[in-house]
This record gives sequence, structure tokens and C-alpha cells, in this order.
Amino acid sequence: MNTTVAQRPEAPAFSIAMEDRKAARANAPKALAEKLDFWYGSNQALKNINLTIPENQVTALIGPSGCGKSTFLRCFNRMHDLQPDTRYGGAITLYPENVNLVSKDVDPIEVRMRIGMVFQKPNPFPKTVFENVAYGLRLRGFNNRMELADRVEKALRGAAIWDEVKDRLNDSALALSGGQMQRLCIARALATEPEILLFDEPTSALDPIATAKIEELITELRQRVTILIVTHNMQQAARVSDFTAFMYLGELVEVDATSKIFTNPSKKATEDYITGRYG
Amino acid sequence: MAAVMTIEEMRRGLTWRKNLDKVFVILGLLVLFACLGLLAILFFDLVRDGASRFGWDFLTQFPSRKAERAGILSAWVGTSMIMFVTGLVALPVGVAAAIYLEEYAPKNWFTGIIEINVTNLAGVPSIVYGLLALGLFVYQFGFGQSVLSAGLTLALLILPIVIVATRESLRAVPKAIREAAYGLGATRWEVTKDHVLPYSTGGILTGLILGLSRAIGETAPIITIGALSFIAFLPPSPVSGEFPFLNLEWLRSEFTAMPIQIFNWVSRPDQAFQANAAAAGAILLGMTLLMNGIAIWIRYRFRKKINW
Repeated sequence: MNTTVAQRPEAPAFSIAMEDRKAARANAPKALAEKLDFWYGSNQALKNINLTIPENQVTALIGPSGCGKSTFLRCFNRMHDLQPDTRYGGAITLYPENVNLVSKDVDPIEVRMRIGMVFQKPNPFPKTVFENVAYGLRLRGFNNRMELADRVEKALRGAAIWDEVKDRLNDSALALSGGQMQRLCIARALATEPEILLFDEPTSALDPIATAKIEELITELRQRVTILIVTHNMQQAARVSDFTAFMYLGELVEVDATSKIFTNPSKKATEDYITGRYG
Repeated sequence: MAAVMTIEEMRRGLTWRKNLDKVFVILGLLVLFACLGLLAILFFDLVRDGASRFGWDFLTQFPSRKAERAGILSAWVGTSMIMFVTGLVALPVGVAAAIYLEEYAPKNWFTGIIEINVTNLAGVPSIVYGLLALGLFVYQFGFGQSVLSAGLTLALLILPIVIVATRESLRAVPKAIREAAYGLGATRWEVTKDHVLPYSTGGILTGLILGLSRAIGETAPIITIGALSFIAFLPPSPVSGEFPFLNLEWLRSEFTAMPIQIFNWVSRPDQAFQANAAAAGAILLGMTLLMNGIAIWIRYRFRKKINW
């Protein structure tokens, strides 16, 4: 156990130096990736990533297919540990405890209990709506019926789906529409009140209306939870995020306030990607 | 742009290709009906030969030296008890082995060898299982020539079937579902017991029943361990009137089974017993078809409930 609690670093400098007045100011960091490397076997998928994740704000990861943005996201909840022959280097520090999330000494299950995830394809369990949301709570030992019901309702309300499912709590979650399923998955992740919520292209399997609802939801959620979102859709990054990080070939090319990245990126590669020259 | 062929040439070619399609359909149907037809003929042949023997008496009477008074009571009770033991042993052992191999075992040469062996076990001649059981269960463990020995032997026999079927249905649970559960902080065992196992119950039960319907007709291994062909008593009842209400004596009882009874009757010179054999054969075949039917029904029910 680390006895000396390190000083929390200052907010990233770019928010202060930024000339664009409309650009977001970064909150204190919730997590900090430092010199993060990641290997699948001998294949290095992430190279020396340094990124600050500000608290209660939305950070978007963009970049062409295969650039490592999903790989990076999955480092935050140690999803890679489920596969053999994967290896992390460097650190992702979670504040305020200064826990290195990717350290071998930190239990990946503990990490996943603190950091929630919403996946690309809606993946509700083939159980009832209620049991889907209650599952994370049950894992944590919540058994009291009243308390479970309260927390499930709160999570469903938080995910803006309560009104649609309040009469169908005991129906199978597989009977919902795709967009509803994805919001149910968000509720499932919210129920345990995670410190960071990871979104891995959460709307790529949804139609535009369902997508709009999810985006609206993300904008609301950022007041309560720190959000990291991977997206293929640059308009989506521009709409929902405060900060945007552009990744290419396993490296972090540029990170800045979203309004700055999309209007005046400082790197040529970022500009080329945003203007659609590749990717 | 000029086409590579005229429209007439195209049509001629297309007719020829579509005819080939039809030829295959006809061939396929012929082969299919040949197989099903043979089974049907066999079944009706048995029914016709045994027609004189069907009836309540046939099911409720013990074997006898007089063909017209002989029944299959001890045989079908014995078979049912053996199947019960077989299922009770093969299900937990097979499922546990499959879960270990599929969910826990690291992928290395050692697990590779185990996997190949499990698959190979399915091809071991059943008489070999009989010999193993004779040495191990009957003599070494002292279970004797009992229902228990027979049940354990047949459980060994169908274990590979249960393991392979279970592994397949575990594997059918999508990775996304596992990730969802892991993502909420579940341990491997919690993912298995709360999700993977319940969602694959249909496939597991189907595998078990298919295994049982293989076991129900097995003759060689239970002859080897000493099934008697003439038994004019029933094993003690599993439930008793007084505390503790459950009686395990039936496990130690001597037994006979349907295939043994049939074998015994067929080998008699007296023509009258042939009708008995045919009737018992038809009933055994019916039992097998019924079990397969249940397997299909279970699969259908679970498919309807869980649709990835």
C-alpha cells in the first residue's frame, strides 16, 4: 500500500493556453495515463500513451480503424486480462487514491467494480429488465428487495429509460428495441455508481434516433460521472465530448479541447483525419 | 460495353445450371427416404411380429418359461433404474468436466491432449467399458452385479457425448455476454453459474438425453458386468413408508434390462419367444424415439426463450 499520497497534478495546461474562448476548461483529473504501453503477445498495440481524463467531463477517443482506441479504452477496466498473453506497461493512475489500474498488484475485478463499461453492440443478459440492472448490485452483495428496487429504478431513470420499461420490468430484456437495450446496458453500468464510465462505440449498431437519445444521455451523465468514449463518428465526438484525443497507429497524436481539435488542430495528421482524407 | 455472351447463350447456360440444382435435390430426397424408410420398415416389422404380445400384461409380468405368459416388467424397471443412475452421474461429471475444459483450462499442450482423448473416448468399443467396469466397479469397489455398477458403466460410456455437447453449448454463449458480466465485476465462477450455464441448459440437456438414448440400447457392457437374463423379482422400492423414506437398497440389487431380455428371447429356439423379442424391441425403439423427441422439444423451448 502506498502511504504517501502523491500530489494531484494540475489541470492540463492546454485548457489554459487555449485561445478559443468557448473551449472547455478541464476539471481536475480523474485518471491519468502515463507512458502506457500494451502488447498482444509480441505485437505492441499501444505506444507510450499519455492522457489526462478530467473528472465529470467527456473525453472522446477518435482515430481510424485499428489505431488502438478501443484497446486503450479496454485498459481502463482491464478487459484485456481475460485474454491470455497480453501485457501492460506504464501506468493509468486513478484519483484520488492513486491506484495504478494496470498494475499487476491490482485485482482486475476490483478495477471493473469501480469502472463501468458500455459495449459496441447492446449486450443485455437474456434475463428480465430488472435482473439486468440488478446484477451488478447482486454481485456486490445487495439482497434487500426494497433497496434493489430503489437502486434499479434510479439507474433506469438515470439512463432515461424508466418511463419506457417501468411496466415491463419483469419482461425479458431481449424484447426491447436496440436503442432501449443499449440504454438498459447503460443503466446496468450506472446501477453500481462507477467512477468512470467507458463507452466503446455505443451507437455504431443503432439507428439515428436511438443514437440521438444516447448522445443526449451522455451529455446529461457527464455531470455525475467521468466519461471516456470511443467513437468512429466524428460528429458524435464533436457533439458530446469536452476533450478529444486523436490516435493513430497505437500512438496518441493530439489531445485538446474538442472545439479546438475540430476547428484548429495543431497536427497535420489530425487535420487530415478530421477533414476525411483518410480513415 | 459488349457482353461476354448473347442473352440466348446466357439462358441456355442458366437452364443447364438450374437443372443440375434439381438433380441434387432429387438425389438428396432419395437418400433421405431410403434411410427413413429402412427405419420405418424395421419398426413396423417389429410391431407386426410382436403384435400378439402388446398389452398391459406384457408390461406387468415377469419373464416366464412359457412365452405367452412372459413379460418385460423386470426389464423395463431395470432399464429405467439404470438410466436414472446413468443420468445422475453423467450430468454433473460431464458438465463439470466441460466447464473446466471450456472456461478454465489454459490452452496448452496438456489440455490439448485431454481434449483429443475426450473425443477419442467416444469411439472406444462399449465392450471395453464393460471390461473396465467388471474389474473396477464389480470387483475392486465391490458394487457387485448391481444396478449401481450398470449405471456407472453406462455413465462412463456416455460421458464423452455429454462433455462434447456441453462444451458446444457453452461455446455458443456469445463473448459479448461474458464481457458484460465480467465488466460488472463478476468472477469467472459467477460468470459461469449466473450466465453461461443457465443460457446453455437447453444444449446440455439435449446432449444428456441423446447420450441416454445411446446408453439405453447398450447390451455388451451390461452383459459383461453380469446382467441376469432371467429375473422374476423387482429391485427393492426406492421409496419406503417409514423414515428416512428413501431406500438405497435398489442400487445393490441384481437386475436385467431391455436389450438383455430381447437378446435372451431371440436366442431361444422356441418360435413363440420371437414374438416377445419383437414386441420388446418395438417398445425399446419407442422409448428411444420418445427420448429423442423430448430432446428436440427441450432444444426448441430454450431456443425460443434465448435468441442471440
